[in-house]
Amino acid sequence: MAMLEIKDLHVYYGIIQALKGISFEVNEGEVIALIGANGAGKTTTLHTLTGILPAKTGSILYNGVELTKTPAHKIVKMGIAHVPEGRRIFQQLTVLDNLKLGAFTRKDKEGIAADLEMVYKRFPRLEERKTQIAGTLSGGEQQMLAMGRALMSKPKIIVMDEPSMGLSPIFVSEIFDIIESIRKDGLTVLLVEQNAKKALAIADRAYVLETGRITLSGKASDLINDEKVKKAYLGD
Amino acid sequence: MKHRIKPATRKSFITYAIMIAAFIFVEILVSTGNASNMFQGLLVPFCVYSISAAALNLTVGILGELSLGQAGFMCIGAYSSAIFSVCTKDTITQAWIRFPIAMLIGGIFAALFGVLIGIPVLRLRGDYLAIVTLAFGEIIKNVFAALYVGYDSNGLHFSLTSQGDLNLAPDGKMLINGALGISGTPKDSTFVIGFIVLMISLVILYNFTNSRTGRAVMSVRDNRIAAESIGLNITKYKLITFGLTAFLGGVAGALFSHNLSALQASKFDYNLSILILVFVVLGGIGNIRGSVIAAIVLTYIPEALRKAGSNLTNYRMLIYSIILIIMMIFTSNAKIRGFFTASFMRLKGIVFKNKSAVKEGE
Ligand SMILES: Nc1ncnc2c1ncn2[C@@H]1O[C@H](COP(=O)(O)OP(=O)(O)O)[C@@H](O)[C@H]1O
Ligand SMILES: [Mg+2]
Repeated sequence: MAMLEIKDLHVYYGIIQALKGISFEVNEGEVIALIGANGAGKTTTLHTLTGILPAKTGSILYNGVELTKTPAHKIVKMGIAHVPEGRRIFQQLTVLDNLKLGAFTRKDKEGIAADLEMVYKRFPRLEERKTQIAGTLSGGEQQMLAMGRALMSKPKIIVMDEPSMGLSPIFVSEIFDIIESIRKDGLTVLLVEQNAKKALAIADRAYVLETGRITLSGKASDLINDEKVKKAYLGD
Repeated sequence: MKHRIKPATRKSFITYAIMIAAFIFVEILVSTGNASNMFQGLLVPFCVYSISAAALNLTVGILGELSLGQAGFMCIGAYSSAIFSVCTKDTITQAWIRFPIAMLIGGIFAALFGVLIGIPVLRLRGDYLAIVTLAFGEIIKNVFAALYVGYDSNGLHFSLTSQGDLNLAPDGKMLINGALGISGTPKDSTFVIGFIVLMISLVILYNFTNSRTGRAVMSVRDNRIAAESIGLNITKYKLITFGLTAFLGGVAGALFSHNLSALQASKFDYNLSILILVFVVLGGIGNIRGSVIAAIVLTYIPEALRKAGSNLTNYRMLIYSIILIIMMIFTSNAKIRGFFTASFMRLKGIVFKNKSAVKEGE
């Protein structure tokens, strides 16, 4: 059984249908890329998964538990961490407060302290800036903070929404290196990206989303050589 | 290693120190006969408005939601506590036992209504709270203005039509007489009690904002989606905050009603809600100390101008408006604020030599 099984998911914004029956699965330990153009429904998919948006019909099974009826604050507790699109950090709080809030659903003080060390090790810049107000960080640092905050919940699977968006090439490489290291530590990753080249390079499998439907899927190494994908998403 | 105090803790202690100093100063003024009757009459209202404004700042500044109905919560607190006190003043004769209970009752009833209107409204995104609290404040005021309550040996009697409909026994007493309001409330509010309640409110508010719960509330304000993404039950934290604002508003109302021998519901109108909001905005959104200072200064000025002599009296509201505008410019313009902060730092540097380097952090 897959860790995460999405079946025939339909999601609406009022009368606008954003997801028109998508199905995919994520197995434990995999890095799955979900690629697609702007407006394809990638963020909508993640928000439904994490309980921020309700599904009209369809199901999301996480280790056999139905998530479409579970409130957002309980989903985090079940081991799903979400790095939202657009570096949504808590601008007016310090870096340390942001990270501590990432562990909001946890009670194990020692575990939290250990994970804070782990996050600082992975992102030394965050430790240097721990008393700084988060809104004053650079774009790349804010993205790192959003990732660090998600890791503080001790997730089993981490879903990331366009972590490379709007970052300089150096930061983009750094972010993808971090994703690589996260998967090496045994975490499952669901990665939403417009940067298809980078995403397909580190993913095991990938799905292509087009206007609310999955139009292609397969091994990332196959998709990267697929003519249609090349033309539409790799720009060559 | 040198032990450093957290900036948030330091901020709260500075506020407590200012309040205590002001309290001692006022007590000296009063005991040496240097305080006018007008000023002495304002002491309890200072506390009432300070508590209500500081409490409202929690919802406006920390939670980031607009509430236009603080007067409604004060009204509930004022009436419920007054009913309690009038009913029990013969059985619980000691004011120091009766009054705290009355204030607690006022706070609890106000909080109850806060949660009641918060449950449906705070789930929604957008400025629905402003609309609903605006209506709520008006409804509460009008309901209380039409309410008749009396009691006799058979217990409490309620009516929304007239005094006669209460069917009171001949020995019965009126508690609330429609638009004429409450009368016979024991005058339990004093400046000392008001000050103690203000200090307790400040301790509650500062500890709340600096707690884990407070940080959670601020995270909801900063970014709703991110707050949801870290597994925070948003509605719950909004309700806690709004409930606390209502509770302290109710306590302030109790302090208010026990300061007047007769109180009408019409006092708790839309203007009062806006006035309290003005204190919050001018004192600085999210700045609890600022709310208290603004409440005191802006309560004092119009009264002082009223007494300042016949010439000034005519221009009272004009001067008041100018002061409001100046305060608005001071508190909202980052450049002007920056200029004064910089001058203050320089002054501090001169006074304390090199120790002035302000190091923030834990
Ligand atoms: N809050 C919203 N209200 C209405 N329509 C929305 C909203 N958010 C997204 N949409 C629409 O849903 C579709 C999918 O959007 P989204 O999931 O954000 O795409 P992506 O993340 O792939 O860029 C788009 O057509 C978008 O216009
Ligand atoms: Mg998106």
